[in-house]
Amino acid sequence: MTVIPLRSAKRSGPVADDEVMAIGSDVDIVTARQKGRAVARQLGFSSTDLTLIATAISELARNIILYAQRGEIRLGIVQNGTEVGMQMTASDTGPGIPNIKLALQGGYSTSGGLGLGLPGVRRLMDEMEIASAVGKGTTVTATKWKR
Amino acid sequence: MEVSILKQGPYLIVTIPAALNDTDLLELRDSLVARVGESRSRAVIIDVSALDVMDSFSSRTLRDIAHIIRLRGAGTVIVGIQPEVAFAMVQLGLTLEGITTALDLEEGLAYLDRDPFEVGKEIRSRGR
Repeated sequence: MTVIPLRSAKRSGPVADDEVMAIGSDVDIVTARQKGRAVARQLGFSSTDLTLIATAISELARNIILYAQRGEIRLGIVQNGTEVGMQMTASDTGPGIPNIKLALQGGYSTSGGLGLGLPGVRRLMDEMEIASAVGKGTTVTATKWKR
Repeated sequence: MEVSILKQGPYLIVTIPAALNDTDLLELRDSLVARVGESRSRAVIIDVSALDVMDSFSSRTLRDIAHIIRLRGAGTVIVGIQPEVAFAMVQLGLTLEGITTALDLEEGLAYLDRDPFEVGKEIRSRGR
């Protein structure tokens, strides 16, 4: 299992019950991003951040369908001192990512897509971490802190 | 969810609903491409103002639609990209390069109603 932390991950723990959404079809992508927006709105994120969060969820859900057909996205609230953030964890038991570094380069794709998914999510969110093992699956965790 | 395509003079106008899934968008692409020929339309206006998210798939599909419609001899104007959506698109690296955009439906129509020969030339050269 390779784990690549992408930015200095702050220590944080979930403070509320996580919301788990099963992802298995393109309809679930829409449902997941709407749910994510609703959770982020409750946390008081700005309207720009709501859109960034919803877009990131959309990309992560899309990756699950493209590469693993099914998986889940977990939404949770995290806290670091006085800071509050929203964390999304997209996990699947799909083929895994053979080369994470390559997958994080813009324009690289093994699915015929634009290759913007993972590098895009990294730019949309504040922190991102990928754990992937070939043949076992992938877990992407991304966090947005409330400003 | 079927998206209705309105015919307004030489143009086709499509309003994308908020919760459009991938299948709906691909169906819209196919029916738009057919309708351009049936209605002998000069341009298509796609209003995305209700759309809450423009991710890599919807962005790529809209770009494809514009390119296919150009090959059919008509133009495409995307109108109403919301400020937050535009911001997220740029963060994602989705710039819809070569695609004509306008602030809203009114601006989109005004743009197309200018000298039709000039507009046609501009749309064709931008899509290249």
